[in-house]
Amino acid sequence: MASSTRNPQSGRPVYIVDGSRSPFLKARSGPGPFKAADLAIEAARPLLLRQPFEPEAIDEVITGCITPAPDEVNIARVIALRLGLGHSVPAWTVQRNCASGMQAIDSAWRNIRYGYADLVLAGGVESMSHAPVLFSEKMVRWLSLWQSARSFQQRAVAIRKFRPALLAPVIGLLKGLTDPTVGLSMGQTAENLATRFNISREQMDAYSVESHKRLAHARDAGFLDEIEAIYDADGNVYEHDDGVRADSSVEALAKLRPVFDRHFGNITAGNSAQITDGTAWVLLASEPAIKKYKLSPIAQIVDSQWAALNPAEMGLGPVHAVVPMLTRHRLGPDRIDYWELNEAFAAQVLACVRAWRDPYYCKREFGLKKAFGDIPHERLNIDGGGISLGHPVGASGARIVLHLAKILNRKKAKMGVATICIGGGQGGAMLIENAAG
Amino acid sequence: MKQFSHFRVEKGQSGVVWLVMDYADGEANVLSSTVLEELKSLLAQIKTENPAGLAIRSGKPNGFIAGADVKEFTQIKNFEDAHRLVSRGQEVMNQIEALPFPTVAVIHGFCLGGGLELALACDYRIARDDPKTRIGFPEIKLGIHPGFGGSVRSIRLIGPLAAMNLMLTGRTLAAQQARKTGLVDYVVPQRLLLQAAERVLLQKPAERRAKVWVKVLNRQPLRSVAAFWMVKQVSREARKEHYPAPYALIDLWRKYGGDEKKFMAEEANSVAALSNHPSARNLVRVFLLQDLLKSAADKSKITPRHVHVIGAGVMGGDIAAWCAMQGFKVTVQDTYKAGLAKAKQRAHRLLQKRFRGNPYLVNEVMDRLIADDRGLGITKADVIIEAIFEDVDAKQALYRDLETKIKADALIATNTSSIRLETLAEAMQDPSRLVGLHFFNPVAKMPLVEVVRGEHTASEVAERALAFARHIDKLPVTVASSPGFLVNRVLMPYLVEAVDMLDEGIPKSVVDRAALDFGMPMGPIRLADTVGLDVCLFVADILSKDLGLKVPTRLRQMVHNGALGIKSGQGFYTYKNGKPVKEPKTPYSGDVSLVQSRLVKRLTDEAQACLNDHIVDNADLVDAGIIFGTGFAPFTGGPLHYLANKKAASTN
Repeated sequence: MASSTRNPQSGRPVYIVDGSRSPFLKARSGPGPFKAADLAIEAARPLLLRQPFEPEAIDEVITGCITPAPDEVNIARVIALRLGLGHSVPAWTVQRNCASGMQAIDSAWRNIRYGYADLVLAGGVESMSHAPVLFSEKMVRWLSLWQSARSFQQRAVAIRKFRPALLAPVIGLLKGLTDPTVGLSMGQTAENLATRFNISREQMDAYSVESHKRLAHARDAGFLDEIEAIYDADGNVYEHDDGVRADSSVEALAKLRPVFDRHFGNITAGNSAQITDGTAWVLLASEPAIKKYKLSPIAQIVDSQWAALNPAEMGLGPVHAVVPMLTRHRLGPDRIDYWELNEAFAAQVLACVRAWRDPYYCKREFGLKKAFGDIPHERLNIDGGGISLGHPVGASGARIVLHLAKILNRKKAKMGVATICIGGGQGGAMLIENAAG
Repeated sequence: MKQFSHFRVEKGQSGVVWLVMDYADGEANVLSSTVLEELKSLLAQIKTENPAGLAIRSGKPNGFIAGADVKEFTQIKNFEDAHRLVSRGQEVMNQIEALPFPTVAVIHGFCLGGGLELALACDYRIARDDPKTRIGFPEIKLGIHPGFGGSVRSIRLIGPLAAMNLMLTGRTLAAQQARKTGLVDYVVPQRLLLQAAERVLLQKPAERRAKVWVKVLNRQPLRSVAAFWMVKQVSREARKEHYPAPYALIDLWRKYGGDEKKFMAEEANSVAALSNHPSARNLVRVFLLQDLLKSAADKSKITPRHVHVIGAGVMGGDIAAWCAMQGFKVTVQDTYKAGLAKAKQRAHRLLQKRFRGNPYLVNEVMDRLIADDRGLGITKADVIIEAIFEDVDAKQALYRDLETKIKADALIATNTSSIRLETLAEAMQDPSRLVGLHFFNPVAKMPLVEVVRGEHTASEVAERALAFARHIDKLPVTVASSPGFLVNRVLMPYLVEAVDMLDEGIPKSVVDRAALDFGMPMGPIRLADTVGLDVCLFVADILSKDLGLKVPTRLRQMVHNGALGIKSGQGFYTYKNGKPVKEPKTPYSGDVSLVQSRLVKRLTDEAQACLNDHIVDNADLVDAGIIFGTGFAPFTGGPLHYLANKKAASTN
């Protein structure tokens, strides 16, 4: 944890001046209406359109995305060009698994902070419904055998080696949601946390119901004004997150079967984040850019922190990222007005909260003399989260930062923390401060 | 070598000679008489030098050669004039074909008519791989057919079916299509175009010839069978008395397709005869009327980047899609999001049709077309086109709001079809800013835009509107702000007359047939259904006040009952999926020719009235507006031209 000795005050201040996101569209059967770049453009165009500067004024575009389509390599560049930013605006894609969108903001923040840029469009996008379905490696080997076969005999040999089983597809999405080193699915790592922190199925389901209710309320109250209506080419408009279930109940969720540890597990589709397509963007600016274009900042990014831990307990990543970051600023959790902790699994959110108030955990992991502290439920994910609106992996990190800024503005509050767990055993956290005048 | 004004000769590598055409008197290369004369002597000179090969290309950025010089057609007085013109062309093309060294045409942009004939006289053709490359024989649209040996050579090269199809339809091919049909040998990106030409000349690959089975069709009796079938096809599209050219071409091939020498001689005779037919004269007139409309605009008056369209109905949405297709960033505004979604869908369909096989182009345009449910584009746009429903208060409120937000030099235009500009401008702080840009439905097909000058419209604003119309590749005609402007005013009495005829007991099929027989693209009753009966009624009501037009009660009744035409599925006809349901034929014992003359009279009378009322500046503009705005029988040369010809004929 060498980073905790860093001087958090160095560098230039960096502001979020605006942001937008698409409605999050639940993956139902087959590929959804938007490919990743299409989604990104639909949500980012209105954002750019309402700025007082021309799109070409942007210094760079940074996009978090885990699985762009094969024709979307370096999807950030595809997006920048398709947004009409012109040939000379560089763009790059970042990948830190579930925190890719937050990584994009972090990278933009650093570049502005240290003077390499003044105006950056950063965000994330994921079209999980378009995740590739692949041939198995055995099938690929057979295909290359077939393609190199020149003579009739060689072809006959190849045909004899063919087995229908070779055609069994590899579902890219499932591969991506399985830890490659410990072989656990993300759901199974959440089962680990449930066991370790003694979180019951009822507690998870109750948390999930609350997530749906909070999102439904936020939608009805008009708190989700960062959502842009998006339009596909087939005459449809999408205006709202479509995974939310205002009528969700503990009884209904109790009927669902565990999906990751069959039979005896506790994690179900109902208390996990949904598989969803979505995108979120923020526009970050330096003070000179704000002056030059007369922009009004909504929040200042104060600090950012990454941490790593045992992949089998990846869900505790936020605990490990937040503690050093706030300690560095001598801030206790009571000084943070609102929290956005990305909901990958209800069990995982609850485990983080419990770990922070567990003196033994805090002592062993961080050498703290007492527990880090309480995160009150009323200040955590107050407008719902991944369980109710979905977790498009590349986008969520950017969404929670943007929405946290909106919450701080709305509540006229001061400080907020957005934090996210990362498959593979990492955590990311960002400290922001309300900057709306 | 002596200096030439339309060509330059350049030395290529390894003894290859480049002949670069750069027409001195215009922006596009045309094969005028002087050009052909020059080419003739140049070819003779190059021949004596005996180079390793000759490559012909254009020095113009927009294309290879646009064809013959259509302006010269107007000077043709008789058969002999025309024959001389055509024969000279044939002679030069033959000269190219007979050169003892290999020749190649290097094509970019348009390669049309005489330009294609020149390319066909070369041994090889290479086309640039680029969406701008368009290759074809549009002669048929001018009432003639290829006359510089093009019919002979295209049939020889790609077989009679493909060649006749090209010549009869006048359609143009993209580069890859042209390669597939065999019209060009190679399609090459710009970066390799010149190298490819030189390499072909030096390596002389085998020349392309039509396949054997294709050539069989060129022999009797198959040729006559195919010709019979072609006539059948053509007769569905065009009548012989209106458009004799396709029939003459088929006849020419049927008779002489087996003997190239004779074919060539008769080709010249046929074109010479056709070009003296009134149909060709009038079609040439219509072609030149386009230039007349274009010449009224000075494109440099405005340099738009961003167009904002308000209202995503059929008109607004389609105007937005069209502007995006022309390369502009377009925001289309509507609070009704489902309407925006439908507009995007229509745009996507249009683009898929236009850019078939090129999804990159489709995406590029779709990315420029932005659904804007909050009106974010208003403050950024260079041109704002209002296309909301026809309501004075709503429009006035909108302009008041717009005036406070838009850029200082933004152009504000209204697509109103019926409200007086003066009324709309009343609400504005600066009424001189408002101009009308009246588009026609379907936007992608109708080339005309009426630029409406209100009393207060500043002339600079009107000029910028004209210029903008050219930027989006439309034909603008300036019209006075008077009810119905030009096109609707002429159309409406005609439609009302047609509806009145129904009340007199004349079956609608007879009414529509009479108009089609005259050469209208669509019968008036079908047209009313297509435009929308509610729109017709609205316009008719407005015109009724000023022109004393009696609005048929039947029309009002139908609109009242919700029968609005195609869009509601029920109008005068019943529609299923946008297509009329077939109805049994109604017998009619009356005089059909009287029906026709009554319909046409309403059109021509009102056209004359527009001229008298100075809606546009002169009779040619009346004709141009009505042809390009309604599709009025082009072979007549326009309603006033038709009227004048009829008068001349009766006094003789």
